[in-house]
Amino acid sequence: MKIKTISRGEDFARERSGDIFKVQRNLDPTLHPFERAREYTRALNATKLERLFAKPFVGALSGHIDGVYCMSKHPTNLSTVLSGSADGEVRIWSLTSEETVWSARAHKGFVRGICSVPFSNRFFTVGEDKTVKMWDRESTDPLNTFVSNASFSGIDHHRNQNIFATSSHQIDMWDHSRAEPTQSFQWGAETITSVKFNQTETNILASCGTDRTIILYDIRTGTPISKTIMALRTNAIAWNPMEAFNFTTASEDHNCYTFDMRKMDQAMNVHKDHVSAVLDIDYSPSGEEFATGSYDRTIRIFKTREGHSREVYHTKRMQRIFCIKFSMDAKFVLSGSDDGNIRLWKANASEKLGITTNRERAAKNYSQSVKERYKHLPEIRRIDKQRKTPKAIKQAGQTKRTMLESINRKRDNERKHSKPGSVPYEAERKKHILATEK
Amino acid sequence: MPETDKQPKRNLSPLSAPADQAIDHVHPHSLPPSIKPKSEPKSINAPDTNMQTMKKYTRHQGQNIILKNVHDKKLKGTLKKSEKKTHDAAYKAAQAELLLPTEVGYLEADDMERTWKFTQSQIKDNVDMSTSNKMFELKLDDFGPYTVDYTRNGRNIIMGGRKGHVATFDWRNSKLGCELQLRETVRDVKWLHNHTMFAVAQKKYTYIYDNTGMELHCLRHHIDVNRMEFLPYHFLLATVGNSGWLKYQDTSTGQLVAELRTKLGPCKAMTQNNYNAVLHLGHSNGTVTLWSPTIEEASTYMATAGLDGQLKVWDIRTYKPLEQYFTPTPASNVSISQMGLLAVSYGPRVQIWKDAFKTKQKEPYMSHLQPSTQIESLAFCPFEDVLCVGHTNGISSLAVPGAGEPNFDTLEANPYQTSKQRKETEVHSLLEKIQPEMIALNPNFVGTVDRATQEVIAEEQRLEWEANHPTEKFVPKQRARGKSSSQRRYLRKQGNVIDAKRNEVIQKLAKEKQERAEKRKREQSGEEEALKSRAALDRFNVGKRQRV
Repeated sequence: MKIKTISRGEDFARERSGDIFKVQRNLDPTLHPFERAREYTRALNATKLERLFAKPFVGALSGHIDGVYCMSKHPTNLSTVLSGSADGEVRIWSLTSEETVWSARAHKGFVRGICSVPFSNRFFTVGEDKTVKMWDRESTDPLNTFVSNASFSGIDHHRNQNIFATSSHQIDMWDHSRAEPTQSFQWGAETITSVKFNQTETNILASCGTDRTIILYDIRTGTPISKTIMALRTNAIAWNPMEAFNFTTASEDHNCYTFDMRKMDQAMNVHKDHVSAVLDIDYSPSGEEFATGSYDRTIRIFKTREGHSREVYHTKRMQRIFCIKFSMDAKFVLSGSDDGNIRLWKANASEKLGITTNRERAAKNYSQSVKERYKHLPEIRRIDKQRKTPKAIKQAGQTKRTMLESINRKRDNERKHSKPGSVPYEAERKKHILATEK
Repeated sequence: MPETDKQPKRNLSPLSAPADQAIDHVHPHSLPPSIKPKSEPKSINAPDTNMQTMKKYTRHQGQNIILKNVHDKKLKGTLKKSEKKTHDAAYKAAQAELLLPTEVGYLEADDMERTWKFTQSQIKDNVDMSTSNKMFELKLDDFGPYTVDYTRNGRNIIMGGRKGHVATFDWRNSKLGCELQLRETVRDVKWLHNHTMFAVAQKKYTYIYDNTGMELHCLRHHIDVNRMEFLPYHFLLATVGNSGWLKYQDTSTGQLVAELRTKLGPCKAMTQNNYNAVLHLGHSNGTVTLWSPTIEEASTYMATAGLDGQLKVWDIRTYKPLEQYFTPTPASNVSISQMGLLAVSYGPRVQIWKDAFKTKQKEPYMSHLQPSTQIESLAFCPFEDVLCVGHTNGISSLAVPGAGEPNFDTLEANPYQTSKQRKETEVHSLLEKIQPEMIALNPNFVGTVDRATQEVIAEEQRLEWEANHPTEKFVPKQRARGKSSSQRRYLRKQGNVIDAKRNEVIQKLAKEKQERAEKRKREQSGEEEALKSRAALDRFNVGKRQRV
């Protein structure tokens, strides 16, 4: 007789009470029945918990007496942010203590733009009082003042040279050490509202003006590259930090448009969801997402490749949002609004702040991947999509949808009763671009 | 036992074994290198055996997506990535089999012996200490016959005597959990999700007790119950009794999930399919019915024993009997072990069959006589080579080599569970409780696209409807095809407007009509004629050929 039976020795129990319990796995599918059903239940639970823990508001930085109209991130310090308000005051904030660490009465009237000098503690502000001022945190007096004959609307600094660009009725390039602009660009715009340096292709500059144009410049040749005329005005521009050619514009027509600068005759993507003009936009450092602030008093976070927002933030007291910034660790969003507060939000509403253990992180990754796997199933999609928005915004959205539908219907009817081909279909990505010039 | 004895004969030629070793498998990988057959040419065999074990772990068999036909680049990339992920997961799982510490048990006879002639006392003399400790007998003459049940991890056992004696104990440490004298008939006992709760089917109602023996609930909806089953992943207690009603109670929320009338009289046989949580009921008219609360490959086999003295083995996928065996007197119990051993009892005798689902066996694997008793219930202990037999004189625990799954999974059912681990598992299993509506014949239907043709779906609907409405006749919903096609609907809605699209649609409809007429004509005249009428040079006329 040859016989063997299962006889497990003591090696399955732990030897000392200080030891950890042994975990033995057997991946045989027969020992793990209902794999799909259990995974689905986990995905459903993860989705529900995510919604349950969605508490995006972290804190408000209050101190500005008037609305906050511009903000800038500190180039090297994560917890420092600079802001300028409508009464001419500039403040530097510490995000960890939610306090002002520096403030100065910088301009008479609006502070229209603020930008940090890369890898230093210096920063520039521009105001409606026709001056550009260079500051240091050491003193409340400006280090340098540059005077012009036009009131400014925006400023941005070059990535690695001592050059900055300001916008007014034209674009001026300034050197730190010179009192006069070194270069000026103008291409038919009344007023330029915003100017932004490309941070990867560092010599490319994008601007938008009140005559509905988006103009790209190359500062090496000193000439504009292209001009695009949109159906409605563009309020702000943000370059994608990871994809050097791409940038997104915040438009007055409630949409955002992502463009490839090499192919300006059509947008790469149209991002819709706001119900009022989009006033500011900023990219996450990963280039995967961007945040927008709008006149409808909401913040939305979009994925770069998706047409609709994945998140909407609002509070009862938050007014029109004039400036928005994504933090450099992609974890937070800062918004400056008309009510004089800067609000700090989590970029992922349900994310746990603070240190996470390995187990927590593993559990989070697991639940994210099962959620991703079952995201198309109706129950999960319904819960995941659900966002509570103020009544006014919901209603405005409905009204907007009705209006767009009726416009489309009218167009369809026209098409039906016209000569074939005389009323062509228009691509959404091309529709809002009226003309391009080179 | 010396190490060389561990190696059974059939391991010498692992490649000659059939591919479907899911039920009876001893992996050549799991042997230590010193006793691995040296003649095995590694370079050829190693990947091949891995392919075979990979089959076991591959999630979607026979559903390979042909990427050639996918035109969307993004989708193609996603599909490729996910295909690679599933392949890698299967490959790694197959490789990880090497790490499994325990091997499956076996019993083999020398030349003149027969395995089924070995008695339990002979076996006891030949096994190691810990196994012989597992073989015991409890003599309880007064309250029998006894029904028995193991917890999911095989750690605890509950026994219920017909005359009201219920006891639970940790059988390996012989530690008594609780003992109850209920003083009324006990027909069945069942553990719930772990050893802290159990259900007892008593004279009139069914009761739930905790591990100290305190009565927690009296289930007044479950009257006159004969058999109970617990679905651990759904937290459902299913009962069936003399009234022929099958009732599902959710033990986590306390709700009565479903009450279903079998209409087949008293029912005394019930078992669950571990693969899909479908309940199988055996009835007095000789039929087996399959149930789930919403009506509608592991456990692909079913064994039934009837009063006609037949023991039948079924393939549930085809609903056809595979083999038939004969029992001298009608069998009272059948039970299938984790590794696929089939135990059947009749009178005082227990027979165990090996590989009964693969081929017709000539003789049983093992046999056991419990003298001067009637056997009431059989239960294989999970993760152990032990069969517990409840009979009129108490219970006896028998050693059955090769019955249990040798390698348990700590995160699923852990025989060495501590109380802290039990609490954690309980919380997790409650969170992951599967809703009763998700019980279906194919448990993997969640998240899959039903790719069956319309006819197949219609046929399934008919079968389901007829099963649930036995007296009525199935009348399919008549959809007047063609009357309300999208094209016709468009024409009707447009009214008088004549535009290009309308003309197009009209032309298309006319063309379709003509084609239909032609097709009918062709079918009438026969296809051969149509082929014959084509001239030799017609093969160059591509356009025409397509039309024919």
